Amino acid sequence: MSGPSALLWSLVLLPAAAGGVLALSGGGRRTAGTYDRPGGTGRAAPAVAVAVAAVTLALAVAAALVRPTARAGFVAGGPLELAVDGLSAAVVVTVAAVGLLVLVFAAGGIRAERPRFFGLMLLFTAAVLVTATATTLTALLLAWEVMGATSYALIAFRWREDAPAAAGTTAFLTTRAGDLGLYLAAGAALAAPAGGTGAGDRLALDALAGLDGAWPHLAAAGVLLAAFGKAAQLPFSFWLSRAMLGPSPVSALLHSAAMVAMGGYLLLRLRPLLESAGWASGAAAWGGALTALALGAVALAQRDLKQLLAASTAAQLGFVVLAAGAGSVAGGTAHLVAHAAVKSLLFLAAGAWLAALGTDGLRELRGAARRDRATGLPFAVGALALAGVPPLSLWATKDEILAAADSPALYGVVLAAAVLSALYAGKAIGLLLGPGPEPPATAGRKPGGGISGPLRTAPLALLAAGAAVLGALALPPLAGELKRAVGAPGEPSAGAATMVATAVLALAATAFAAASAPRLPEPAWARAWLYLETAAHTVAVRPALAAARTLARFDDSVLDRAATGTAAGVRRLASWAAAADRSGVDRAVRGVADGVRYLGELARRPQTGQLHQYYAQALVLLTAAAVLLLLLG
Amino acid sequence: MLSLTVFLPLAAALVLSARRGLPDAAVRWLWVAVSGAELGLVAVLWATYDGPGIGHETDRPWIPGAGAGYHIGVDGLSLPLLALTATVFLACAVYSLRGRHARHGIRRFAALFLALETTCLGLFAALDLILFFLFFDLSIVGMYLVIAGWGHGEQAARSALKFFLYTFVGSLALLLGFIGLYTASDPHTFDITELAADPPLEGGGAAGPLVLLAIAVGLAVKTPTFPFHTWLPPAHTDAPAAGSAVLAAVLLKMGTYGFVRIAMPILPEDWRAHAMVFVAVGVVSVLYGALVALAQSDFKRMVAYTSVNHMGYILLALGAAGMVADADEAARSTAVTGAVVQMVSHGLITGALFLLAGVLMERGGTYEMDAWGGLAGPMPRFAALTAVAAFAGLGLPGFSGFVAEFQIFAGSLGAVPVATALALLGILVTAGLFLWALHRLLLGARREPRPVGADLRPAELLSVAPLLALSLLIGVLPRWLLDTVEPAARTVVDLVSR
Repeated sequence: MSGPSALLWSLVLLPAAAGGVLALSGGGRRTAGTYDRPGGTGRAAPAVAVAVAAVTLALAVAAALVRPTARAGFVAGGPLELAVDGLSAAVVVTVAAVGLLVLVFAAGGIRAERPRFFGLMLLFTAAVLVTATATTLTALLLAWEVMGATSYALIAFRWREDAPAAAGTTAFLTTRAGDLGLYLAAGAALAAPAGGTGAGDRLALDALAGLDGAWPHLAAAGVLLAAFGKAAQLPFSFWLSRAMLGPSPVSALLHSAAMVAMGGYLLLRLRPLLESAGWASGAAAWGGALTALALGAVALAQRDLKQLLAASTAAQLGFVVLAAGAGSVAGGTAHLVAHAAVKSLLFLAAGAWLAALGTDGLRELRGAARRDRATGLPFAVGALALAGVPPLSLWATKDEILAAADSPALYGVVLAAAVLSALYAGKAIGLLLGPGPEPPATAGRKPGGGISGPLRTAPLALLAAGAAVLGALALPPLAGELKRAVGAPGEPSAGAATMVATAVLALAATAFAAASAPRLPEPAWARAWLYLETAAHTVAVRPALAAARTLARFDDSVLDRAATGTAAGVRRLASWAAAADRSGVDRAVRGVADGVRYLGELARRPQTGQLHQYYAQALVLLTAAAVLLLLLG
Repeated sequence: MLSLTVFLPLAAALVLSARRGLPDAAVRWLWVAVSGAELGLVAVLWATYDGPGIGHETDRPWIPGAGAGYHIGVDGLSLPLLALTATVFLACAVYSLRGRHARHGIRRFAALFLALETTCLGLFAALDLILFFLFFDLSIVGMYLVIAGWGHGEQAARSALKFFLYTFVGSLALLLGFIGLYTASDPHTFDITELAADPPLEGGGAAGPLVLLAIAVGLAVKTPTFPFHTWLPPAHTDAPAAGSAVLAAVLLKMGTYGFVRIAMPILPEDWRAHAMVFVAVGVVSVLYGALVALAQSDFKRMVAYTSVNHMGYILLALGAAGMVADADEAARSTAVTGAVVQMVSHGLITGALFLLAGVLMERGGTYEMDAWGGLAGPMPRFAALTAVAAFAGLGLPGFSGFVAEFQIFAGSLGAVPVATALALLGILVTAGLFLWALHRLLLGARREPRPVGADLRPAELLSVAPLLALSLLIGVLPRWLLDTVEPAARTVVDLVSR
């Protein structure tokens, strides 16, 4: 194994192995605890996990510089192949960095069953790193679904309650419904005639765009399905709302910065496939734009901070998906990276208040950011960045994407979505930073209580710095560098006039929303996430369960009864045959026997033992014989 | 060497049944030792096999008058299944070290299992139809005795009888088909390699489809596929844990193995002509098995129905492999490879799930999922292994099921796009049912029919964990397995496309 490939393997295998061992060691005999009082304290787990995450970050930076590839045999035509190129370099470093910061934060916040928590987080990190570096469909799909499984396990982390477990199931099933698309894409890759691509790896991601016939359309449809599912785009968005029942560090890493983001990333990477299928670019662009708009409205109507942030995540990922469809790979990448910093920061802050104050209701949290400066200041930076306020990051990255929206209708939708993000971010700012009631003295917990100082403040500060400056990726001179790095040097950039206009728009919308935060409309349809989950239950879950019950009854009462009925029929036939045997065959046999016995008795009759009778019989017989001879002769 | 591997367990079984006075502990350890030696022997067979083609071959006249010979050998199709058999039987032997007193004595139980192991190994090594049939039927007898003698519940005898009669009738159909092949061959023979080299019943006629029908019904009952599966749930529910594990992990594979070993190579023309039937049966089994499993409230019955689902994927792939005109050879080979891997994978994962179900029954006396809840609290190891097995069972990448199902789907899509897309929904339903089962058994509020006592005992842990570890190994590093299976799968595809 060469040096670079060893580097890449250790980048993904170190967190995978460490995470697997940690996760399974959690239930040890001595640390198992009881049902009501969880044990598994595993004091070393956070330290181990943070150390592993730190090494992983170092390896990720090294990999981003060295650009290694690695390859291992898997199935025919689809080896596990990983490579770091310009696009994945940015994402790998982002994921590793955010992962480390979130783990540092969680080291102070997670108290129970730590080995399982930190193990799963590391396992998840490994899966994301594989997803980001995969260059074959097999490697991609492998990591893609492992991300989903760790997401399930982390959402359901508080397994003693039913709601998180059900939420994890919802998340896994919804995203897996999308994952089926990747199986379709793989099938399309193998089904297409091998002619054009030669004898190479038919399951390579690069080969998808060059498929013959109708197959690239199927592949593109499958990829869109998978990406929309993971990125919580319409109509799959509802699972992200349920996923908020997981611990806040999980929301900060999985459901904003990494797993959800991978949906957008996949489309950025497979932009050539979308283009070769034609319609797929438009579908991605409009799907992303409409998600940004609709989920922006959903976010604006939320009453809980985490729900607002979740809807905002889906909306912001909509911009990334739009970027992939409209042809702004560099802009999409910059947005992805900057959003990772912004959103994990906001989720961590929300988690800190949730832990300290026992609520994430926006009204209950009024003034929380003002009272708790250590968390409140970074939160303000993140929220302003989310609003698109210059010079913070998402302002510049969003404009870069906007520059690629060519049709006026699309441009209008995106602009409206951008205004909505300013509005919902402004709402959060207005409520949390505005004046609020003093917390009741009976609460007795100081803000941020229970979470030790530097473990909390350092990650928040670093993420806030990222949220502030990462917009540079979408501004000259770095923007040009990024475009070259992701292999799209000709992509458009936003003009100065646009940037000023969006800046003014964002500032105005944010200020308006912050000022009138308590009075902003909260329509029921938006608060309920467009009733998407209800719809999914109506069209998919309930019919499936009904079909299951019907078929189970059919199985018992028709199929099984047919089989046992056949057996019973054979038994009836047997008893009928037995009866026929007794009354028919056996009676005939006995009848014959009786007849013979009667004949025998008849035959015994001449045997009288008296000589004269024998002579008489002999005479009769002889006479009869003579008559017979005469007659025959 | 192969013959020794096949008959060593039978010899051990005879020794065990002859020595009445043997203490229980000695019986258990002898059982484990022989099963371990078997696994070692199979490993040696695999290591010394230089494919492709048939290796470790023995061909002696047996009943020359009837054209039947003692012909055994291994190739890339049979080696993985021989290894699976040895692994699962070893796991069952280890599982039985727990020290619970079996109803009719551990000695006879061990002897029966060892004899059953010989029939399974013999079937996968057989290259003669009569030999195949002999082992096929003897396995039914052995499993009947296991369920009837050591099953739990009042229905055990009835379930055992149902299992016996159903699969026995199936085997008669199989025999009818074999005799059809024999009479059609020239010179008359039961030899599988000779029949495959020069397939009888080529060139149309009514006999070919009828013989294929007879063989397919016989194998479909054993597999089982829709609509011949109704013997499976009661047999599993009432069988002892080790019996269930062997029934699901090994005996079901006799049906699917028969398709790739006998039906496809010997009746290529008819297989191609009726491939769509097998695809349809496969897809219906996939969806039907998954949906009916979803509706179950009994954990073991649920796992039993997922077997119908998992076997459906195999039939889908084998049917797709017969659609010669619609997909190229590489795709069809991928599908058949996936089907063979699925046999191994299902054996490992479902074997583990049934052993875990046995733990459930032993601790609480019921498989009803609603009687349980929050088991992750008192039994964290059990919960961890069950969760891993469930995720492996729903085809999570990283485990063997994914390697199998991915290849089945990717390889079949070109040949039968609609059917494959429908079958894909199966993995979604399977995911739902396994997660729901995990939720009901392991998570949420604590509920147990009676205090469960200890977490997994060492014997239970050491029997289940290696099965799942193997599944993980295949899921992450499958080349060692695929390097053996792929050439054999290509051969099958070549034979079918003649």
